[in-house]
Order: sequence, then structure tokens, then C-alpha cells
Amino acid sequence: MTALDVATSDRIGVVHGLKRLWAFVRRNPALAVSLAFLLAVFLFALLSPFLPHDAYRQNVLARNAGPSLKNWLGTDELGRDVLARLAVGARVSLTVAVASTVIAVAIGVLVGTIAAYAGGFIDNVIMRFVDSMYAFPDTLFAILFAALVKGQLGGEASGLLAPLAEAYRLSGGLLGVLLTLGLTGWVTTSRLVRAQVLSLKHAEYVLACRLAGASDSFIIRKHLLPNTMPVILIAVTFVVPNAILLEAGLSFLGVGVDPPTPSWGTMIATGAQSLQSYPHLLVAPTLAIGLTLLALNVVGDALRDLLDPAVSASRGAAT
Amino acid sequence: MTDTPLLQARDLHVRFNAVRAVDGVSLDVQPGETLAIVGESGCGKTTLGRALAMLQKPSIGSISFAGTELTGLSARRLRAARRQLQMVFQDPYASLDPRQRVGDIVGEPLLIAGMAKAARQKKVAELLDMVGLGADMAMRFPREFSGGQRQRIGIARALAIEPKLIICDEPLSALDVSIQAQIVNLLIDLQRRFRLTYVFISHDLAVVRQMASRVAVMYLGRIVELAETEALFQAPRHPYTVALLSAVPTLAGTEGLVKEEILLTGDPPSPARVPLGCRFHTRCWLRKKLDDPSQCLASEPKAEGQGRHFAACHFADKVASVMRAPSLLRKSQGAA
Amino acid sequence: MSAEIRALPGRPLLAVEDLRVVIPSRRGEIKAVDGVSFGVQPGEVVGIVGESGSGKSMMALSILGLIPKPGRVAQGRIALNGRDLVGLSEREMRQVRGNDIGMIFQDPSASLNPVLRIGRQVGETIEAHHRVTAAQSWRRSVEMLNGVRIPDPEARAQDYPHQYSGGMRQRVMIAMGMANAPKLLIADEPTTALDVTVQAQIMDLLGRMNRETGTAILLISHNIALVSRFCARVLVMYAGRIVETGATEDVFAEPSHPYTKALLTAVPRIDKRVEEGLATIAGRPPDLAQLPEGCAFAPRCQVPIGICATKRPPAFAIGPERFARCWLNGEAPENHQ
Repeated sequence: MTALDVATSDRIGVVHGLKRLWAFVRRNPALAVSLAFLLAVFLFALLSPFLPHDAYRQNVLARNAGPSLKNWLGTDELGRDVLARLAVGARVSLTVAVASTVIAVAIGVLVGTIAAYAGGFIDNVIMRFVDSMYAFPDTLFAILFAALVKGQLGGEASGLLAPLAEAYRLSGGLLGVLLTLGLTGWVTTSRLVRAQVLSLKHAEYVLACRLAGASDSFIIRKHLLPNTMPVILIAVTFVVPNAILLEAGLSFLGVGVDPPTPSWGTMIATGAQSLQSYPHLLVAPTLAIGLTLLALNVVGDALRDLLDPAVSASRGAAT
Repeated sequence: MTDTPLLQARDLHVRFNAVRAVDGVSLDVQPGETLAIVGESGCGKTTLGRALAMLQKPSIGSISFAGTELTGLSARRLRAARRQLQMVFQDPYASLDPRQRVGDIVGEPLLIAGMAKAARQKKVAELLDMVGLGADMAMRFPREFSGGQRQRIGIARALAIEPKLIICDEPLSALDVSIQAQIVNLLIDLQRRFRLTYVFISHDLAVVRQMASRVAVMYLGRIVELAETEALFQAPRHPYTVALLSAVPTLAGTEGLVKEEILLTGDPPSPARVPLGCRFHTRCWLRKKLDDPSQCLASEPKAEGQGRHFAACHFADKVASVMRAPSLLRKSQGAA
Repeated sequence: MSAEIRALPGRPLLAVEDLRVVIPSRRGEIKAVDGVSFGVQPGEVVGIVGESGSGKSMMALSILGLIPKPGRVAQGRIALNGRDLVGLSEREMRQVRGNDIGMIFQDPSASLNPVLRIGRQVGETIEAHHRVTAAQSWRRSVEMLNGVRIPDPEARAQDYPHQYSGGMRQRVMIAMGMANAPKLLIADEPTTALDVTVQAQIMDLLGRMNRETGTAILLISHNIALVSRFCARVLVMYAGRIVETGATEDVFAEPSHPYTKALLTAVPRIDKRVEEGLATIAGRPPDLAQLPEGCAFAPRCQVPIGICATKRPPAFAIGPERFARCWLNGEAPENHQ
């Protein structure tokens, strides 16, 4: 029984559960601040079209201007408003975070569940494959993969790849990053899910279900997956910040989004180059990504504590 | 009795690599009876229970239920053939999915069998009433119930699709003494009402004496004695049975079943290294008393016996002499 | 001083007086132990019988100052040879534990460190209380292992816990508990996790320890038959209170309290089959955070009278060293608390 169960125990009402969660948040100021910050970033990204300046409009005359009343964070090397670029960059980061996590977790759950449930030879084959994926340093692997994707879809493509290439172009290179992160980020999730399903497979209520005549898919759907949700959520708390960081890294190295699409990573790249002369260009994106990751980590920690069965009211204390 | 057995196991073996959890078990379960399987940890009784339900595939041997051979069937056919065989599990906290409401748990077998929602709800209400929980408990979650109540939910679920046979795997072990009595009475009552057959796995001999019509004693994966309950408790024919009966404390003021205190030496051998010859001989108290126990090391005794009382001991006839005579027992019971 | 202590001859080794242990919780204060008084004589074997929620384990923990936070002793005295243990500091309690009072728990695996050799762990108990060299400590360890009948103790002392069976691990726990020749050994469900044949061996060992060393034993168990065979005196607990106490033979042959009577008829017996079926105790164990006024057992009692629901019964003396907290025992004035 987890703290979350306890939090929602006596009555099942959603409202009651939310009230308990709210009390939990209030007790934890760091969590409250982080949640507020993430909400602010989300709104910031959402409202980017409504900002006074256009992130793509170049104004060569006003290049590298420092922060002013007109451009609150200054302008970059092509005269574009940094604040606006930051906002669109936020959008890019969040989109990448959510979409690639969805892909990665979906693949991870699929792979983990099949391996654990099938067991035996299939489990062995799958897990050896997972092990070999783990053997690569994941950042390096992501870079190689991203470069490959860029190469295949960035230029002229034919046949099957043509529609993908078109989508790639339209997304400003975002599709490439999504594919990369999605196809490389599933590994941890698959291991976590597999471990959980393995232990649940032999639970007595699963045996009871089998005796009642349930098919494997019924058992997976109705019993194994719902009871794996806490683990999946925990996996998400790891994958999301990692995705944001990796996207920034890929963009920084030039294998992420394509210019002129702003990304916090590309902004850091240009900022780093002009650190000596125009330090303001580096400060904004660095702070943005740093604080966002910090907030995500705090929220992730809190979520993991909430879901961890060890951190909960113990039933049956010895009396 | 010449009824066709409801459940029949022939030469059942279940092996996990070197561990011989079930090492050659054959038994018949007659309709309407309660067959208890007793033994200590490591004897294989839980594995046997799972194997009988085909939740654990036997390595060797065959099981047939209601005349149909279960071993070797495809998954789909097995599901159909095994429908009227259900199980109640030991751990009331692990046998119910914590994320499902009680009504859904009890109704799940009906859902799988294709019953429509309205009919299901009605049947679930009936079942919950039958086990002594109100029908209004259906909306709650397992965590809101005590161990005894959860066990009742498990029993209700087992009854849902009207089984003929229920395998009870240590259903009382996790419960308090006063709750155990409630569940025992419930099981007996349900058996009478629905003409159920039970296979009752337990380590608690007192409960077994209360509930069972026949008892099988297991040691290291084999049944070493099988008899009707009173015959087993009053005149056992295997030294291990006697050791078990001697070890269970009786209330002060009542006399023990066994005249002398029998303490087994040492630990039970591992099921991965079953002793040669009679598997019990390494700890057998009777062997020490015999003039010529060479047979005990030489060969594994077959379960042989008189009438319906089987024991796997070369010297089965010498065993009962250490038991306190039943007539003497009854005298002391009169006073207690 | 409570009636129960006054009734004991001489000075008891352990005297618990009006002990109350509470655990604050969201639902209110849980009264885990609710006014318990009893004594243990030197060398005596006393049993505490009760179901889960009766407070028996919490009482054992409170004697050793091991109540898990946020629980605490709210009131009462726990005197070992006259010295009150309740107010002692953690440092002082550490000198008592394992030295004056030994304890063994239900699950030996949880109490043994899997990465230390057995001999080392027994040795640690000795070294915590005596200045000995490593060699002396090891020698004494092996002696203790021999005393608990571990075969080939010299060699087995080198083993790790996972190489021992459940029964052998419990023997090691007994060796550790007895290593410093304590005056009292508290055994909390020592055989519940063990097979019945192993249980017989362990109880035999404990009996021998008691006879040979004169160590008093406080045996806590839910197994009535076991307690009746092993203990000279018994305390029956329910909802944090002692409902009946006296010599085991007397209490179980002629129980006075309705709970004791009900328990005895609810337990299946190995020596006979109860044709009419087992008697059950109606209702459910009480919520310790919301105990009813009056007698805690009244809601489930077959024979309550008016006063049971309103006033808690005191301990009525119904014989020498025999008490029952039940209004049915009458209201002889000199026995009131």
C-alpha cells in the first residue's frame, strides 16, 4: 500500500484524493515552488505567439543588443528578440519532452511486458538486446542516431522516406529529435516495467484470474498494466528531464533542430561562442534549462516518494 | 467407495532444476470429501496444490478432473476443462488485486465467462451475502477490509462460477485464532450447501482434524501416509506422522496423543538432495529402535496398507504402539 | 501498587505497574497498552496470550524501550529488580538490553546480519557488555552455540546466516539472547514462523535454558496450547488490557473471563474433533483508537450485564494470584482498585 493509496484511502472520491494531494504539496515548499515554476514555463511556451516580438524576425541593425526596455533580454547575433526565442525554445523543449517520452515509454512498456510475461527464451533474447543498448553511452548513441536521421531525412530523400522527410522539414527538424529520443530512451523503462511485471506475474490474484479462465491478454490488460502504472510513472519522471537535456545537447551540437528554429540548446551554442563579448546571450537559455531541470527533478522526487510503498503508513504494526 | 474420483493425479512430479518439489504423488479425490494435505515447509504441498490446479505444469505425470485429462491440453482447452476447479489462497493481502473494487474482483470470473453486467451484479451481491459480507461492500477496495474479511472475498470469488472442487491453500495461516474459527465454519457450511469437494492444504493438524475426511501426509515431495482422519490421528502407520502428532502441543490438562515425546533430530533434508532408500530414515525415531533397520537404507518403501489406510514405511505395523490408546484418551477428554 | 503486584510473594524480578503505551495517529490516539500490571518472579516462566491488536508485542517492546516512534510510554512503571526502566536514557537502556534482559523475536532472519559470520554476531552481543579479547569472545560464542545444541559448533560458527535453517537461526537468536546470562528472556512468538517439529525442539531448548540457568522467561504467543504446556502462569490480553491472569492450569481448565472461555472454544484441538463445530467470537477486534467506554470486550461478550458498557472492570481477585477483569466476578469491596 503506497502513500498515494493511503492518501486516497478512506473514501474513494476523486475530490477527497485531490484534497489530500494538495495537503501534501503544501507541506513541501520546494515542491510547490517547482510546480509553480513548471506551470509558468508551460504558460510561457503557450503564450509565445502573443509576445510583442517575433522569434524569427531578424533586425541586423540591432544585433547583440543588451537587455533594454524594448527587448527585455536583448537581441541575438541576428537581431532577433531573445525573450521571444526563449519562449519558442520553451515550446520546443516541452513538445520534445512530452512527445518523445510518450514514444519512449510506450516502447519500453511493450518490450518490458512482452519480455517478462513470455519469459524463457524470448525474455532472454530481448534482455540481451536491451543489455547491448545499455552498453552504449546513451548520449553518444543519441548523437549518432540523430546525425543519421538528419542525414537521411534532412536532404533529398526518395521512396519511403520522402513523406517522412517532408514532415521533418515542416517540423523544423523537430521530428528528427523526437525520433531519436523516442527510439533511444525506452531502455530504462523496459527494465523497470519488466521487473515489475515479473513480480506481479506470480501474484496470487493473477493466479486466481487464470483459474477463472482469463486469457493472457486479459490478465495483462486488467491486472498487470494497471498495477504497473506506478512504475511507469516513475520511469516518466526519469525520462522527461533526460529528454529535455538531451534535446538541448543535440541542438547544441548541431544535430538537433534545424535553424532558424530556436531551441535552448542552439541558443546556448551561440551564447557560448560570444561569451567574451556578449555574455547576456548565454545567461538566459542556461538559466532557463537549469531551472526547468531542477524543478522537474524536485517534482520527480516527490512523485517517487508518493508512489513508493516503503514510504507509507505501515499496516499491521506489531501490537 | 467406487465413485469415479473427481480429481485424479497419477505419478505426479514437479521439478525445478535439481529440486524435486513433488516427487511421485498419486491420489484420488472423491466427490464431496475434504482431503487434507499436511506437511511442514519444504514438503511440496503448496507446489502440489498448484500442480493439481494446473497453475504449475507438472514435469511428469497426469492429472484428470471430472474425467477429462488436463495435462497436455492446449491453453484454451485447459481453461474450459478446468472451469469448475477453483482455489482459495493463503495470503489474504496478496490474493486480491489492490486496484480493483471488491465487486469487480468477485465478479471477474463471471465477466470472463461472458455474463452480462446486470446479471453479474446480482450474482455478486448474492455471493457477498453468502460469505457473510454485505452486498453493499461491493464498491469498496480490498485495503478497507481485515484479513478475515479479505479471505471471505477470496472465497466468494472462488464460488462465483459454481465450482465442484476448491483447493484451499493454507487459507487460515495468516488469520487470528478467533477469525480462523469463523472461516472454518464458513467453509464447512458452504460445503454442505453446495456439495463442494475440498482439497485442504495446511500445516495445522488441529484444523485438519476438525475439517478433513481424509488426510495425506507429505514429506520431501511424497505422500508418506494417507488415511481417513480418525484412523490417522488414532492409529498412524508412519513414524513421521507420529512425530508431527507428538510435536503439536495439546492444552495442559489434556493428554498428548503420543505416549512418549518424540523429538526429531536435525533439519529436514533439502528437496534437492533426497536421501536414498526411505527418505525419512535420516531422522526416523523408529529406525533407532529396530533390531534390523537395513531395509530403511536399502529401498524406498511403497505406500501400502490395509483397506484405505496407506503408509510408506517398511515397519508400518510397529508405529501405532507409541500412541496413547484412544479409549484412554476419551477418558481424559471427559474431564477436560 | 496494583493489586496484581501486591498479590505476588516476595519481590518480583520484573514488576510492570499500570503501563500505558499510546501511538498518536491520524485517527486519534491508539491505546496499544492500556493499563497493564503484572509481575514475573525470578526463574519463572510466564506466558502472554492474545491475538493481533491485543498489545502483547507492544508490551514486550516497551519493557526494552524499543517502542517504535511515534509511540511512547504515557504512564506506568517497569521495574527490573526494583529499578524503573521507563525513565532511563538510551545509553542506560543499552546496558540493560542483551545483558539484564534478553529478547528473541519471531523472524530470526530479520535479526541476523547476512554479511557477518554467526560466531561474530554472537560475539558482538558479548562484547557489547564485557571487556573481552577477540579470542575470549569467540570461545564464548562457540560455547553458546554448543549450549543451544548447534551440531559441530566450532565449524558452524564460521558459517553465514543463509547457511542455517530457520530452526537453527532461532537457536542462534537464543544463544545471543542468553549470551550474557540475563535474568529475564523475552520471547516474542519465537516459534510462530517455524515448523511444528522444529517448534517442539525450540521449546524444549528454552525449557532447558530456564531450568539450567534460572533465567525467567516471558513467552508471548497466540498459541494457547503452547503457552499452557510451557508456562507456569499466564496473562490473557485483549485490546491492550490484561483480562485474566493466574496459574496456567487454573486459567485454562476453568477460565473465568468470557474472552478466555470464548478463545478456548474457538480453537480447534488436535486431540479431538468438535462435532458441533467450532464456537466463534461474534464481531471483530476493536479499533484501538476508538475503544468503547467500559469493558473493551463487552460488544462481543455473550453475557454482558448493564455495568459492562459503562465502567471498566477492575482486576477482581478470584483466587491466590488469580485475577479477572470482569464484572461478573462480583463487587467485593476490598478488591476494588
